Amino acid sequence: MIAQSFQYESPRTIGDAISMLDKYGEDAKILSGGHSLIPMMKLRFASPEYLIDINGIPGLSYVKEENGVVKIGALTREAEIEHADYLREHFPIFKDVTKLIADPQVRNMGTIGGNLAHGDAANDHPAVMLALRATIEATGPSGARKIPIDEFFFGFYQTALQHNEILTSIEFPLPPKGTGSAYHKLERKVGDYATAGVAVQITLDDNGTCTYAGIGLTNVNATPLRAERSEQALLGKPVTEASIAEAAKYASEDCNPSSDLRGSEEYKRAMVAVLVKRMINKAIERAR
Amino acid sequence: MNKTIVVTVNGTSHTLEVEPRLLLVHMIREVLNLTGTHIGCDTSSCGACTILLDGKSVKSCTILAVQANGRSISTIEGVSPEGEFNSLQEGFKENHGLHCGFCTPGMIMRSTELLANNPNPTEEEIRWGISGNLCRCTGYNNIVKAIQYASAKNRGVETASTEPQFV
Repeated sequence: MIAQSFQYESPRTIGDAISMLDKYGEDAKILSGGHSLIPMMKLRFASPEYLIDINGIPGLSYVKEENGVVKIGALTREAEIEHADYLREHFPIFKDVTKLIADPQVRNMGTIGGNLAHGDAANDHPAVMLALRATIEATGPSGARKIPIDEFFFGFYQTALQHNEILTSIEFPLPPKGTGSAYHKLERKVGDYATAGVAVQITLDDNGTCTYAGIGLTNVNATPLRAERSEQALLGKPVTEASIAEAAKYASEDCNPSSDLRGSEEYKRAMVAVLVKRMINKAIERAR
Repeated sequence: MNKTIVVTVNGTSHTLEVEPRLLLVHMIREVLNLTGTHIGCDTSSCGACTILLDGKSVKSCTILAVQANGRSISTIEGVSPEGEFNSLQEGFKENHGLHCGFCTPGMIMRSTELLANNPNPTEEEIRWGISGNLCRCTGYNNIVKAIQYASAKNRGVETASTEPQFV
């Protein structure tokens, strides 16, 4: 399968890339890892006239922590996140999620920025970022702006990014001691999109009271979904079997899965409940 | 508008004029005539087109040739001198790691990076490691054994003589 013809640009600075996006408007697409975009171009679901390859721009690939804020560069590959010692130590959720994203070869190309900017509710990082209450940094002609993750996803393949903006980094707070996180998705085989996926981050204080609960859901809604009622069910008290069951029930009620080859709506709601329960338990286990 | 790119393939530098939409796998097979890299699914699922780009295994059906500008590519043709086998090729031969052979170049290129990063992988690590490569005839047991053979040989460990498994 061959894509429709396009003009290829490979800017060396963010400024040049933004100027090109500004000039070419809606006819341009950004090429990052390319493992969502190039398949769409080969199938001619997408036919951009201009392809702006940002892979040659230095300084967009990193994982760092400064003053209690963790920052990941947009061009950081999934494989780099999978093996980043810092994340492995503080955020086991990244090991969980990257291992389940596509396969090793795809993870060598795919980037965290692309995974989010694609705006696909079936992608896995969005739910994780909801659970971590991340902030997206978008850089455009007038500089950088911060977008809270809750205001980032708009609809099917739609995000808050404007046509002349580039997602340049993602940041989230380094949580206090007593925090645990976990992600799992149910998939039919390696490389499949989630039948359902659940990301959880929980903080318990010294008395065992839940002071933070973040729960994000993958591929069971038109957009990545925060399970707000589930979070509320856990907050401000010790986490018990009853409150976990309540959180699981709310998530299964509040999501909006559609029946497809991966299962019926009823089945997916049931799986959301199972996964919420398991991921809360796993996050708590890791928090201790 | 065509682009001029410079790529090093198996140690040889090539300057090529390519259309931006040319896929890397088509450049390798049709421009450079290196047909050991296969096209299976053409959708980045099967791994038959796996090559190394600057030492990292990637699926060349989902990368544009222009993206390889200034970079180094290794294909199955370059893993060992003509007429010789490297440890992975020998492992596949000794352990019946291939039947039809279609997936084999991709399996070997993927395993090359796997063993470079992790010289002594567990069976589980090998199975996760080749989870992006599909074989539709032998099943995977003998492929796993082939990779274990190469791992042992690379580390200078005596390899137990193994009866091929047909499961």
